[in-house]
Amino acid sequence: MGIGLMEKQWFTISVYSENSVGLLNRISGIFLKRHINIESLNVSKSEIEHVSKFTIVVNTTEDWTRKIVQQIEKQVEVIKAFYHTDEETIYQESALFKIKSALLFDEPQIQNAIKESNSKIVTVHREFFVLAKTGRRHEIDEMHDRLEPFGIMQFVRSGRIAVSKAKMPITEILEEFHLNN
Amino acid sequence: METVKAKQKKTSTKKSVKITGAEAIIHCLLEEGVDLIYGYPGGAIMPVYDELYKFQDKLTHILTRHEQGATHAAQGYARVSGRVGVAMATSGPGATNLVTGLADAQIDSTPIVCITGQVPRHLLGSDAFQETDIVGISTPVTKWNHQITKASEIPEVMAKAFYIAKSGRPGPVLIDITKNAQFDELDFSYEKCTGVRSYKPVPQPNLDSIAEAAEVINNAKKPYIVWGQGIILGKAEEELKALVEKAGIPAAWTIMGESAIPTDHPLNVGMVGMHGNYGPNVLTNECDVLLAIGMRFDDRVTGKLDTYAKQAKVIHFEIDPAEVGKNVKPDIAILGNCKETLALLLPMIKENEHQEWKAEFDKKYEEEFETVIKNDIHPTKPGLTMGEVIEEINLASEHKAVMVTDVGQHQMIACRYAKFKQTKSNITSGGLGTMGFALPAAIGAKQGAPERQVVTIIGDGGYQMTIQELGVIFQHNLGIKIVVLNNDHLGMVRQWQELFFERRYASTIMTNPDFVKIAEGYHIKSSRVSERENLKATIQEMMAFEGPYFLEVVVEKEDNVFPMIPSGASVSDIRLK
Ligand SMILES: Cc1ncc(C[n+]2csc(CCOP(=O)(O)OP(=O)(O)O)c2C)c(N)n1
Ligand SMILES: [Mg+2]
Repeated sequence: MGIGLMEKQWFTISVYSENSVGLLNRISGIFLKRHINIESLNVSKSEIEHVSKFTIVVNTTEDWTRKIVQQIEKQVEVIKAFYHTDEETIYQESALFKIKSALLFDEPQIQNAIKESNSKIVTVHREFFVLAKTGRRHEIDEMHDRLEPFGIMQFVRSGRIAVSKAKMPITEILEEFHLNN
Repeated sequence: METVKAKQKKTSTKKSVKITGAEAIIHCLLEEGVDLIYGYPGGAIMPVYDELYKFQDKLTHILTRHEQGATHAAQGYARVSGRVGVAMATSGPGATNLVTGLADAQIDSTPIVCITGQVPRHLLGSDAFQETDIVGISTPVTKWNHQITKASEIPEVMAKAFYIAKSGRPGPVLIDITKNAQFDELDFSYEKCTGVRSYKPVPQPNLDSIAEAAEVINNAKKPYIVWGQGIILGKAEEELKALVEKAGIPAAWTIMGESAIPTDHPLNVGMVGMHGNYGPNVLTNECDVLLAIGMRFDDRVTGKLDTYAKQAKVIHFEIDPAEVGKNVKPDIAILGNCKETLALLLPMIKENEHQEWKAEFDKKYEEEFETVIKNDIHPTKPGLTMGEVIEEINLASEHKAVMVTDVGQHQMIACRYAKFKQTKSNITSGGLGTMGFALPAAIGAKQGAPERQVVTIIGDGGYQMTIQELGVIFQHNLGIKIVVLNNDHLGMVRQWQELFFERRYASTIMTNPDFVKIAEGYHIKSSRVSERENLKATIQEMMAFEGPYFLEVVVEKEDNVFPMIPSGASVSDIRLK
């Protein structure tokens, strides 16, 4: 990949776990202990019933990422953890923009921006409308920069969600457990 | 009482009975084979204490004088017996007082289960009296923790707690139980936990890497073993000894691994680490194959990592995959319980001897003996040394005692000079370096191995951190031999100040109380020795004494522990003076 173990880059950590209270604290503590910032975090259900999935983005070296993943995986309620580079995943973030409704009619550039960026108007009120944009971080940033001059009333962006190109064999791990027990 | 016994019989036949959560907790402990726990009562755990009262013929509760003492006692118990230690405390301050012991048990992989009371479920988050988020606080220092808010959860969670604490790489577990869950009733039946699907305690050994390791070991000219506590935790002492003897490999230990092979074994070359032996440190950087078995390359062992064993092929035997490559990247990693992996390796190992290589250890030992050891254990100058005290204890105990040490100079001296014949004999706070560990840990050690002589070596500083546990020793007449090596200083810190801070002795000089009087206040037989001529006889008297015995030895105030790897230096740069 041309990037060394010791150079910082983006990694997506995927954690499959039991859905238990306190696990988020336990996992975030692993980053805290090493003074590593979590760039984004998303927790949701996964493809397997009753199994949760954490998607954590960090910008650090592969060496650190591997060690963190080992520590995460060691936690009793973690089934398995993986890490991937951006090239190895399909990933997206979502953002919502709340904007004054008047601008929708007064500023043709906003209409262009909506069309060109493939974003969606979620709702229109008398006072404001809400725009949803899904995509890579830089696409959302670009959209943000285009809208900013007109005034954004509220902005929020989600954590990254990602799926890996390679298999993450969780079902096999769980089946193996049930076979042996 | 009779009906309670009947209920318990039924529980083992897996039929359920209706009991309170508090009583269920007792039954869980009994089902796990627990007959002794340490703790301290308070409001949020009172229902459980009420049950303890009823079950006192089956389950002994030792009231330590501080909750920290309960955790260390549970640790001492676990470390000598290989069983799970149990500590109990109330919510709030009772629970927070457990944190040091949890952290110690976590870093030294000691299986303990701590049970804390918690405010009732409906008050959680209301800043109720003595409410504290102990699950949040203890998360980073536990292997697993969990809050129970419903009585019906108790059996399953308790079973899981014991399973997790003792399986794989052991560690501390904390279970927080709200008061309503203690009062409420449940249908109790108990089944031991045998697996948790998200948790793989022992990785599957890989036969290819074992075969690869065998080849490397068979071809090695200067192979060298450094073992750690993994040998003791994995009960792999015999396998290790067999490997050492068959392949003729010099073997050294970390302080956590000490006593797994008898001190006098010809291939036991001593201690690694900051104050370890000269040869074992220097020769780490001269061996061609380093077998690291059940140890985790702590920085106190490796010194500067960039210059640690760079010339060697490193083979790491390890149960915890997260340890592999954490500090030292091995050439071959052998995952699994070392009892199993060593047993698989052994038949592939050729019989061998490495006499010339072993002779290098002997030569280095001679050098260390002349400059350091001789003066430590056979001093000719006036003023008692810590080393000669340990040596006298060796003579009197015939190497059979359990030695429990606190943290500081006396700890390093005790680990360096204590001699052992039997495994699980050196109980010390290695990873956390917790002053105050020894006295309560000695209580646990004595109760975990009542047939063994237990000697605890403590500094005058650390002694005063948990000195109140003398109350337990007195109350239960525990025949522990308490030896305080009094240098009137926080000696280890003073040593650093002398060597690295130009003798600016900031807050390391202590004006101490009359320790003998304090022990006498607890009705413990006591002596003070300040002259060499009295040392031997007093130690013999102490060792022969039936009950508890307190001995203060007034030692040199400003002695230093050598050899020493200055922090951040390489193992090769260990200083003899
Ligand atoms: C709880 C705790 N606080 C502080 C330290 C730092 N520390 C390490 S050794 C030491 C001095 C110990 O003095 P003493 O118990 O008298 O033993 P000595 O070194 O004199 O043998 C101190 C303060 C520690 N290890 N643990
Ligand atoms: Mg001292």
